[in-house]
Amino acid sequence: MTDVVIAIAWLSGAAFALLAAIGVLRMPDVFTRMQASTKASTLGLGCLLVGAALQFGDLASLIRVASIGAFVLLTTPVAGHVIARASYIAEIPLWEGTVLDERRRDSERARRRLRSGPDPRP
Amino acid sequence: MLEIVSQITLVTLGIALLIAFIRIVRGPTLPDRIVAMDLFGVLVVGIIVVLAGWSGVRATLDAAIVIALIGFLGTIAYATYVERGDPQ
Repeated sequence: MTDVVIAIAWLSGAAFALLAAIGVLRMPDVFTRMQASTKASTLGLGCLLVGAALQFGDLASLIRVASIGAFVLLTTPVAGHVIARASYIAEIPLWEGTVLDERRRDSERARRRLRSGPDPRP
Repeated sequence: MLEIVSQITLVTLGIALLIAFIRIVRGPTLPDRIVAMDLFGVLVVGIIVVLAGWSGVRATLDAAIVIALIGFLGTIAYATYVERGDPQ
């Protein structure tokens, strides 16, 4: 019974990891690649960790597996955010099919508000 | 049964590593390569976890913790480098 659960967890984890890699290869843009890799790889690694914890089945390795999972859950969104912000600031071109660029819209709005202030400097 | 399942899992993760490596080689910009390196680190952690569960050696999980930490720090360092731009 436990073997079946471990097999399901490991196979689905490997499938999600493969999907993350295919997304990184096939997506057209840095930002879409980033979102494909971070979410799918986190889910895949979570499934693999659940399978390993069931395979060991004692407290010492459960604590280690849980700490790996908590660490990855905490750091992967931070890493994705930092990569996306850095590549936007470095002006990596967006995909030509992009329909919404909220950061550019907001920064233009803020610039216009500054320009129409009460004391315009030359 | 678990023997075959872990072998299939390891082969699938190896194929995923190969695909991520193709993106590292081809990636047109530096952030593409950083994204692929980040995925590479997570996949290596997954392979080590599956190997630990398969072989039953518990100390291998500590190596997985260390590799997850180093991968995160490397990603942050590369992103800071990209954000600061070329030092002219």
